[in-house]
Parts: sequence; structure tokens; C-alpha cells
Amino acid sequence: MRWLVALLLALSAPAFANDTMPPAPYAYRQLDDPQLEAKAQALMETLRCLTCQSQSIADSDASMAGDMRSEIRERIAAGETPEHIRQWLIGRYGDYISYQPRVTSATWPLFVVPVLLAVLGALIVLHRFRRRA
Amino acid sequence: MIAEFGLASLWLAASLAALQLVAAWLGQREGGETLARVVRPAAVVQALLCGLAFLMLLWVFARTDLSVLLVAENSHSEKPMIFKIAGAWGNHEGSMLLWVSIMALAGGLIALIEHRLPERTMLATLGAQAFVGLGFYAFLLFASNPFARLAVPPAEGNGLNPLLQDIGLAMHPPTLYMGYVGLSIAFSFAVGALLTRNVTPEFAKVMRPWILGAWIFLTLGITAGSYWAYYELGWGGWWFWDPVENASLMPWLAATALLHSASVLASRDALRTWTIMLGVIAFSMSMIGTFLVRSGILTSVHAFAVDPTRGSFILALLAINIGGALALFAVRAGTIAEGERFAPLSREGALVINNVALSAVLGIVLLGTLYPLITEAFGLRVSVGPPYFNPVSAVFVFPMLLVLAVGPLLRWRRDRFVRIKAPVVAIAGAGVAVLLVMWLIAGLALLPLLGVSLAAVVAVAAFLPLRGRSLRRLPLPVWGMAIAHFGVAVALFGMSVDTAFTAEKLTAAGVGDTIAVGPWQVRLSAVEPVAGPNWTALQGRLSASYEGGAEHLLTPQSRTFWAPPQTTSESALLTRWNGQLYTVVGGATEDGRWQLRLWWKPFVTFIWFGGALIALGGLLALIGRVTGDVRRRIATRKIAARHAEVAR
Amino acid sequence: MKGVRWSLWVLAAFAALVGLFALQLSRPKNDTVQSAMIGQAVPPFALDAAVPERPGLATADLADGTPHLLNVFASWCVPCAAEAPQLAALERQGAPIVAVAVRDRPEDLEVFFQRYGNPFSRVGKDDLSRVQFLIGSAGVPETFVVDGKGVIRHQHIGEIRPEDVPDLLRRLEEARG
Repeated sequence: MRWLVALLLALSAPAFANDTMPPAPYAYRQLDDPQLEAKAQALMETLRCLTCQSQSIADSDASMAGDMRSEIRERIAAGETPEHIRQWLIGRYGDYISYQPRVTSATWPLFVVPVLLAVLGALIVLHRFRRRA
Repeated sequence: MIAEFGLASLWLAASLAALQLVAAWLGQREGGETLARVVRPAAVVQALLCGLAFLMLLWVFARTDLSVLLVAENSHSEKPMIFKIAGAWGNHEGSMLLWVSIMALAGGLIALIEHRLPERTMLATLGAQAFVGLGFYAFLLFASNPFARLAVPPAEGNGLNPLLQDIGLAMHPPTLYMGYVGLSIAFSFAVGALLTRNVTPEFAKVMRPWILGAWIFLTLGITAGSYWAYYELGWGGWWFWDPVENASLMPWLAATALLHSASVLASRDALRTWTIMLGVIAFSMSMIGTFLVRSGILTSVHAFAVDPTRGSFILALLAINIGGALALFAVRAGTIAEGERFAPLSREGALVINNVALSAVLGIVLLGTLYPLITEAFGLRVSVGPPYFNPVSAVFVFPMLLVLAVGPLLRWRRDRFVRIKAPVVAIAGAGVAVLLVMWLIAGLALLPLLGVSLAAVVAVAAFLPLRGRSLRRLPLPVWGMAIAHFGVAVALFGMSVDTAFTAEKLTAAGVGDTIAVGPWQVRLSAVEPVAGPNWTALQGRLSASYEGGAEHLLTPQSRTFWAPPQTTSESALLTRWNGQLYTVVGGATEDGRWQLRLWWKPFVTFIWFGGALIALGGLLALIGRVTGDVRRRIATRKIAARHAEVAR
Repeated sequence: MKGVRWSLWVLAAFAALVGLFALQLSRPKNDTVQSAMIGQAVPPFALDAAVPERPGLATADLADGTPHLLNVFASWCVPCAAEAPQLAALERQGAPIVAVAVRDRPEDLEVFFQRYGNPFSRVGKDDLSRVQFLIGSAGVPETFVVDGKGVIRHQHIGEIRPEDVPDLLRRLEEARG
């Protein structure tokens, strides 16, 4: 919603002019196989653009995002799985680049807390009704 | 002159808020009756003065008074008038002044209108409102002065961010702020009730229309914001779980729970503690949201100038206001008397589950939004986005929707399952039927599949409470509930279908080429330059025909502004009853063709249509409550007058 | 749902939240994305020459026994011009510097080198950001310290300021061991 200014920054950021080279071959071109394209698209929507960091690379017009899209489409066309590509990118840039958090020693609360909330909620409801009934 | 006048008004308004606070505090004591009588007028005059200050700001923007720093930084003499005015709140200081003005206005309104509660509680409420307001006045006057002058006015202003030069987004802050800041009333009422130990159904009845009003605006603001992002940003997305989006969703979740809880307290005198807690939490979420957005500590690029000093000021306000309210709650919660009892299978029971589920979703959104901040404190950077929020929130929302379907059918206090067996079977049947059809014929993925099925369940269930009742004599609030719940189903349907069935085509097209996307054939007939008031653009002319039918013209543009220099993409949309064709024209390729992005998005408009329905339902309920209330007051007065006559 | 105890928990949680906010406010905002490849070997790549007067760059050139500074830059990048004097100073003090030119035309690079000098012994042409992806570089300019075996030892994000020069020289020296 307010990633509007991400676009603004990408295009008028003071320190970085934009390059004048053409976009990568598959930056704005879909794969011919619709199923492969769907896999690539699904992956791209979950990766963060590193230039305008409030968008996914699927939504970003930054040249690095275009290069990444092209790289991903080519790899998927060559048979790599989306998860493998995601792991590869995390290996280069760390967990920051993936909008899908992995379950690690640093992120386990993200997955445990919802369970705790569900249990807590159930307890509250039961406690309430046991006293009331 | 005008700017100084505005600043003076602001100072006066702040002093009145201080007076209001002191008078409310001292007026509670013995012998303080004279002081107590000052509180309400002080609130009203404060509202007038603050409103005046805001009008002055609008004035200097409308006249493009470049000697005012804010105007020089955010406006331009060539901008269209409507955007000159909207520029007043399209920046940090101006929007802060808008925030404070709405707070003052809300306080003034309750001071003027509300006489149903014991005066002690009203004084405490207005005192709380003044206390919170004072903090924000201080912030404005000492750290974010909107009326600061420039010694040497520049020849021209910097201009307004072109992305903000859009009528939808121009209206976005006022709408959203009416919601956020309107919740401050609920906060003040909760604090007032805690201070004077007056948590009663009467209190909830008084609070309810104010919550409804704020909630309606918040619903509209979020819906409109989502639609704006969808058509303006050029990629057809309508929700990204961006921290700034979440900052608007969290108060809405709390306000929705508060709304339902207050209704229970008002009609059944139950859920007292829940209601007070939610009243505190709702506005707390507004404040936390404001902090997150303006402090810049989260990666979500927002236009406001990010300044750690400002962030610290807001954080201090947060700590004092929320911490104070929570501490007050901890101390006084034990004195809230127990309300009426109710059985598990009852409408109150369903609403308890509703409260718990909404609070859980709120907790999850808060956790996911703040988690990157937590890990960063330990030196690690992670990202939490849609792949986390979508499934995890669905786990709590989907069961809640089932309760939403059945809840309104239940009686208050105690019900038997036998009584609702027939409608429950009907609803379940509808859901299962849609599930099977969608799964077997359309092969949907899990989340959209469940979403569509639940939409069917809720759509049918929304109108079941109307069964067997006289439609003409149905109270407006019941109509409101049905329409609002139906709106939820409509929005959910739109979200699920769009997620599952969007067709996308990215291609480089030469003039004369035809591209197929979904059931559409789109031909690029020309690309031509066009000019606007403060921009030039490359415009594509597209002829689109649906399944071989009549041709429609679409003109997407790639627009270049010059003050400030920026390129935006203006998408062209074609709306049918069953979806939207979304077209974007990009740059030229090296071989003279043009980048085209085309989407066919089935039923995507239902998302915002559903949101509007939800707001409409709220509005009907509000009108129903207020007119019912007025009618009751007139009747009471008539009866009292008649008694007086008889007694004479 | 009564009782003072649980509301104290809420208050405590809120206090922790305020503490977290205060902590993060006090730290400068860090927008840079660190490479996760530090400590790992540079993956295999081979880039053509970006300009005629310097050879291209391949992984073997980085694993030839001497530590190198690898500068990721572009002629259209303003801070890259700002760091040119520092790179020249580094080269004068004996640091071997190679470069990857990201999305750049030869003619633009020639203009850049004429204006700011050319301290690089090799300049590779990376039109599709491939090498950037391989080594985890997220923008320009960035400078990597690569040891004689081709292992990335350090990443300097952003332009090299005069005060960074001694530090980079020291790291280069450490990479020798």
C-alpha cells in the first residue's frame, strides 16, 4: 500500500542513477511453459527486492530485480526447483531476502507463538465457560 | 500572518487542553464543582481553536505561501488546487496536525453531546482525552511545527510526490485518521470508566456509536487504501502485509473485537473486562502504528521524513499513555464487578470466541510485523511476509468465520443445539457443496478453496437471522449486522477467486500485435505522447475484446513528472461484473516494441465492494442506534412532561 | 477473565516492547544487505573484458596466491566516482585491485576512466548482475577482500572513504596469512 515511495526511491534515489543497459532477457518475458512460469512467479513473489526493499522482485522495476527474475526463470526452465533456488539465494544474501521465514534457532518463536496463542485462546474460552455454566 | 495566526491557535488549543485536564482532575474533589463546569466548554473551544489552526494550514497550502517551510518542501504553484490542499496533510507535520485536530474535534463532540453518563465519568473521560491530546500537542509544538517559516522564501516549491497526486490517496489520510483517532474516544472512555469504577451497560451504550463511527472510517480507509495501491502501483497486488498496511489493520482488528464486545456489554451486561481491555488496546494499536510508520525502524519505506528524535518523542508518548492505561487497568481490573452469566452455547459464548480469535490474529500480525525488529536487536536480519501471514492468519480466521456463521443465530444467555440444527445443516451443506465443486472442477489450492467455501457459508448465514422476521419492521442494527457479515463473505470470495484465477501476460508487443490474456484479446493500436498539467506521458492505445465481443479502448500511460522528477505508471482498467482487465504499458525495447503487462483478474472488485458493504452495514447500525436513542430520549422527555402535568 | 496477575503480564510485555523500540531507535538505520558468502570461496565465474585495455576477470584470477580487492562498481553510480581517489591511493600503496563493472557500456566506462583514472588490473563485464548474485553483492559500490585462495574475507558496503583506506590495507595484509 505505501510501497508507493519504494518506487519513488528506486527511481529518484539521490546516490544511484539508473543504468542504461537493456533489461535481462527474461526480466519482462514469461516462460513459454505456463506451469513453469507459475512456479517461477510464485517464487518471485516471495523474494525481496534488494534495491527497493519494500517490494518483491516480482513487483519491482529495479534493474537488479529484473536480473534476478531473469536468472530465476532461466534456472526454473533448466529444471531447478523453486526451493533450491530460494536456498541458493539465502546462501548469498541471508534470510533477509526471503519473505518466507525458515524455521531456525532464530525464528522458531514465529511458529511456536501462534500455537501458544491457540492454546491460550482455548484455555480462556474453556475457563470462561466452566465458571459460567 | 496566517501561519502565525495558525500557530497561535494551536498554542491556545494546547493551553485549553491543559486547562481541561487540570479542571477535570481538580474538579473531581470536594468543592471543585465550579472547576468541573469548565471542562466541557474547554473541550469545545479547544476543538474550535485546533480546527482553526488546521484551516490556517489548508489556507497557506491553497495559496502556496512559499515562506512557510512546509509549503516550500511539499507544494508547487503549478499543482492542481485539490492536490495543493491535500498536500497539507501529505507530510509529517501536516498529518500530525490533522491527527490532533480530529482528537480535539472528537473530544469537543462528546463534551457537547454526551450527557447520559454520570458527570464524574464524563469528567474523567474528558480528562483522559486532554491528557493524551496534550502529549501530541507538545509533539507538534516542540518537534514538528507545521507553521515554521523560512527566512528567505524560495522561488518555487519542491512539489508533491506524484504518487500522492491522486484523489483516492489524497483522501486516504483524513479517512484513516478519523478511524485511528476516533478510537481515542473509546480509549478515553475506558480510562474514564476505570478511574470512576463505572463499567456498566450504560457506559457501553454511550461508547458504542463512537466506536462504530471510528470503525466505519477505518474500514473505508483500509479498503480505499488497498484499492489505491492496486491500481496505482502497477502490479495488481492489493495486500502485501507491509508493516505500514499492518499498522492500519491492527487497530481495525481490535476495533472490530471492541465493537462486538461493547454490544454484549450494552445489551447483556457481560464481557466487562474484555470491553475495557479492548478499548485500551484499540487506540494503543493506533499509536503503535503511528510510531512504527514515523520512526523508520521498520523496513517499509514511508514518505514521512524519518527522524529518530521524532521517533523518541512518539515512543515516550506511547510509553506514558499505554503504560499508564495498562497500569490503571492492572490496579482497577479487580474492582470491575462480574457481569451476567451465560452458557457456552449462546450468543455471548460465540462472541467470546470471536473476541479471542480476533485478538489472536491481532497478536500474530503484531508478532510478524515486529519480528524483524526483534531479530535485528540481535544482529540478524530476517523477513516476514505474505508466505507467513497468509497461512497463519487463515488458521485463526477460518474457524472464526464458522463461528460468525452460527453466532447470530444463537439466543442470548443459553441456547440448545436442537433449535439451530436446521440452519446449521443448511449452511454446512452450502459450504460443502461449494468446496466439492471448486475442488473437483476447478482444482483450487487449499487456501483459496477454503476461502471460497467459507465465503459461501458466511453469505448464506448472514441473512439467516432475518428468517421468520418481518422485514419491514426489522431494526436497522439487525440489517446492518446482516449486510456487514455479508460484506465479509463478498470480500473473502473476491480475495480467493482473484488469488486462484488471475491470468497474467508479460510481453513485448509491436504496434498492431494482438495478445490473448484469459478470455480477452488485446490489440496494441498505437503508442503516442500526451501531456498533462504537470506531466508528460507515453500513452498506449489498446483495443480489448472479451470473448470476441465489442472492442473497448484502454489507455495506460507511463507518466513523467518534473517537480519532483519521477516516472509513474498509470494503469488502465476495464471493469466487468465478473472481474477487471488490468493493463500497464512499460518502456520500449531495443527492437522498437513496447513492454505490455496485462492481467485478467476475476471478481477482484468484490474485495473492495465487500469492504464497502462492511462499512455500509456499520453505517446502518450506527444510524439505527442513534435514531433509536434520540427517539427514546424524546419519549422519556414526553413522559416526564406528562407526569409533571399530572402532578400539577 | 479477572485478576490482576495476567494484566501485569500484559504490562510487562508492553514494557519489553517499549524497550525494544527504544533500542532500535538508538541505533542508526542500516539499509545495507550483508553478503552471506563471507568466509566462503568465490564460486566459479568468467567475465569478458569490459574495456579493451584491461583483461576480463575469472575466479582463477582471484585464487592465484595473492589477496585482492574486488571492487563492484558502475560508471552510472555516483558514489563510485566519489571513491575513485581512495581506490587510486590503495593501488599506489600496492593493493592489487580487480573490478566487476555492473550493467555498463564500454564507451561509458572509457569516459569514467578518463575522468577518474583506472586503478584496476582487470575489469570484468557483468551485464546481468550474475557475479553480484554469486558473491552476495546487493548494490554498487561494494569492495570485497579476497585472499590468495579465493576465499572472501571481508565486505565493505558503500563507497570507500579516506578513513577506510588503512583498514582495507590492514585486512588485505591479514588475508595474506
